[in-house]
Amino acid sequence: MNATPAIVMPSTDEEIWRYSRIAELDMSAYKHGHLRTETVGADSVRVTESLAGIVMTSNPDIFAELNGANADVISLRIPKGVVVEGAIHIVHHLEADGVVAYPRLVIDAEENSEVTVIETFISNDNIHSLVVPVLEVRTGKSARVSYLTINQLGLNTWQIGHQQSAGHRDSTTRIATVALGGDYARMRTEVRLVEQGASAQQVALYFAGGTQMHDFRTLQIHEAPRTHSDLLFKGAVRDTARSVYTGLIHIKPNAAHSQAFQTNRNLTLSEGAWAESVPNLEIETNEVKCSHASTVGSVDEEQKFYLESRGVPPEIAERLIVFGFFNEVIDRLPKFADVEMLRTAVNHKLNPENEVAS
Amino acid sequence: MSTLEIKGLRAEVAGKEILQGIDLVVKSGEVHAIMGPNGAGKSTLSAVIMGKPGYKVLAGSVTLDGVDMLALPTWERAIAGLHLVMQYPTEVPGVHADQVMAEALTARHRGTEGMAARITQEALRINMDPELVTRALNVDLSGGEKKRNETMQLGVLEPKFAILDELDSGLDIDALRDCARRVEAATHESNLGVLAITHYVRLFEELKPDVVHIMVSGRIVASGGAELADQLEIDGYAAFV
Repeated sequence: MNATPAIVMPSTDEEIWRYSRIAELDMSAYKHGHLRTETVGADSVRVTESLAGIVMTSNPDIFAELNGANADVISLRIPKGVVVEGAIHIVHHLEADGVVAYPRLVIDAEENSEVTVIETFISNDNIHSLVVPVLEVRTGKSARVSYLTINQLGLNTWQIGHQQSAGHRDSTTRIATVALGGDYARMRTEVRLVEQGASAQQVALYFAGGTQMHDFRTLQIHEAPRTHSDLLFKGAVRDTARSVYTGLIHIKPNAAHSQAFQTNRNLTLSEGAWAESVPNLEIETNEVKCSHASTVGSVDEEQKFYLESRGVPPEIAERLIVFGFFNEVIDRLPKFADVEMLRTAVNHKLNPENEVAS
Repeated sequence: MSTLEIKGLRAEVAGKEILQGIDLVVKSGEVHAIMGPNGAGKSTLSAVIMGKPGYKVLAGSVTLDGVDMLALPTWERAIAGLHLVMQYPTEVPGVHADQVMAEALTARHRGTEGMAARITQEALRINMDPELVTRALNVDLSGGEKKRNETMQLGVLEPKFAILDELDSGLDIDALRDCARRVEAATHESNLGVLAITHYVRLFEELKPDVVHIMVSGRIVASGGAELADQLEIDGYAAFV
């Protein structure tokens, strides 16, 4: 046991934890445990030394700090000029009940290298555990990193995670998320554009049913001129599920001629479901192009009527519309993502009764 | 032979009575044109027949071969044989026409075997790019492409009756000719009955009406043959208002 002895938990009085379920969390209910992790395709780039801390130089909260003290680290270093063929797949199985696990993935993509990493978190519905994952990505000069995280955690597993990337000159960083699982699943995801010409794209598909809650805090931080960021988060909630999206675009004083876009759209599929969307802009220089858009609403009546007037039954019309809604994100997932598997998983969320039957 | 019968139909939108007693009988293979000035209630009639939310029926009936359509949800009216071609087809982001056709055929227990070929055949027949069926419905389509897409669906689904809500608005002359010609052909090939709502007689160059009805202020005020439309072209609606 090397968990930090005195843990001061955050509270929902703090803006960043507003709407969260942090007050329900009792860390003493969990003992330190580990994930069973399978890694495929990483042999040539995995390094034994820990690269932890190459991007996350300070801890944004107690959970990042706990991860820092306890992490099971996977470090990948993509050498200069190397293009990693296919995708590196990392699958974490959370199989122990009553544990807290601290996986950390660090990707260091050196100059002009290219890599795709797909990281999946899986647990069964009967696992009452907590996973506190951290991702660090350093995208070197002209490098290209595509990363996808898939949350397929069980309905009693919690997640409180952090992602942080730093994009160097003329680099491209893509951070994608598909979140379907978890009881309460939170992710703080921060892209920093630290050198001129760096570009970042963030997309997410999240879908909560039953009593699940998804909680996203996004940051697009522009620290250098002519940097570009684009974020598209689309979520759906059904039954009495909840979701929170709060996003910040921060253009710092020396980031002139930057462009930053942020779109968050939410579908509420049931009367009792609830989604919140809070976009924010903080711009400290002129000559930038920024936009943000956010919507929360139920399935469009006109769209439903159009499909129903062709003879499509209402529940199927709604399913088509939800799929259509998510398609925009699915189309932007990194290549090598198993899109058919993800579509099937979304379909199961829409028809949980089929899930029981299968 | 099927019959679409509308009897004493009165309906309101947002508390305002728009349809004030409509009587119409359309039989298979017949083309009935409904003409009238703006605000006459023509589009409301099409919406009420198909069960669009927001419209309240106050009195009267709509039956298809004696079956009460007003008692059915929209999708079952479509299955029963009604098809609405919309004036402004709704954009449905991320949903493709072929997916919708597959679900619509499945709901009719008609199966989807050979569907792709059928869609392509229908598309080519009206000079529509078959690739459009794998794009989001009505998103970023021109007016002509939208109406061709609507007409393609009509061809694939083979309803008993088509309600054309201003098929002739928002599209170019070539697209109008292709779409109107296809509907006219369906009246012969599959005995389609048509209720064609329009402002303009140019629709009738390809789609030949058997009966023309003039609708003003929620009522049908005159009915006659195609000559009624010709008279309208000369005199306008003034004589009927």
